Amino acid sequence: MSWFTDLANPTRFLNLTARLLPWLWGLSLLVLVVGFYMAFFEAPEDYQQGQTIRIMFIHVPFAWLAMAAYGLMALSSIGTLVWKHPLADVSAKALAPLGAAFALICLLTGSFWGKPMWGTWWVWDARLTSMLVLFLMYLGLIALWSAVEDPIRAGKAAAVLTLVGSINLPIIKYSVDWWNTLHQPASVFRFDGPTIHVSMLIPLLLTAIGMTILFLALHMFAMRTEILRRRVRTLTLMEASQAGAQ
Amino acid sequence: MEHFGFIFASYLVTLVIIGAISIWLVLDYRAQKHALAALEARGVRRRSTKSNQATVKMESGS
Repeated sequence: MSWFTDLANPTRFLNLTARLLPWLWGLSLLVLVVGFYMAFFEAPEDYQQGQTIRIMFIHVPFAWLAMAAYGLMALSSIGTLVWKHPLADVSAKALAPLGAAFALICLLTGSFWGKPMWGTWWVWDARLTSMLVLFLMYLGLIALWSAVEDPIRAGKAAAVLTLVGSINLPIIKYSVDWWNTLHQPASVFRFDGPTIHVSMLIPLLLTAIGMTILFLALHMFAMRTEILRRRVRTLTLMEASQAGAQ
Repeated sequence: MEHFGFIFASYLVTLVIIGAISIWLVLDYRAQKHALAALEARGVRRRSTKSNQATVKMESGS
């Protein structure tokens, strides 16, 4: 656990991420180039979906990442409320815009796939609606952080709201099993193994890994910005109090 | 390519959204860096920075 407590020091975190980030940008670019090359030039078209299978190589990873970002926010919220880790609410705040962006991409690309395949841009089925709720929860959390000026108070309030909202994650995951939905059931993470042919599964996993590395890099970068923002706030308050004392 | 428009639109919105959030992150980072540099130029520093500088001065004997 020493690395966990070491990272509680924001300066140490800034130094570590400054060294890590160039590697993460490069690695994500490399994996994404290989993944998209395979997705477009090696994966065959689907016997039912035809060429629209190419949309799945972005839609599915962003659906996973939108949920993973919220899961990470929930873990960060526990860090804020239980351990009072100094970087926990920094992490949660930095995740919200990324999660919102990923959820929006998931919804839009799903819509672009749905129109030619289902004949409609949108249906109010359980999977699509619970994903929309996730997107709205991200927006609500961003609004909450913007509304409360003190970052510590905002972090605690957002942590409670995030943990309450995490009930939506199993609902999204199992919505296709619990209810009769137009959305197809899970085809990768299943107890009996993936049902996708390996020629499509490998590029899908590669694009997912590349986007996950990109997500981690963006998250670290956003955390660095948030640490600087808090330093600016502290120094501005110090300057104002010094001016008031004179 | 069948349904080319839908595939192209999907990749385009993804690029636009990821591009927009990346540009926003970079601009925000730069804004905070500039604000911090401006405060430090006016002599406003964190206690840890001040004590680190004092330690360096003591070690160098100045």
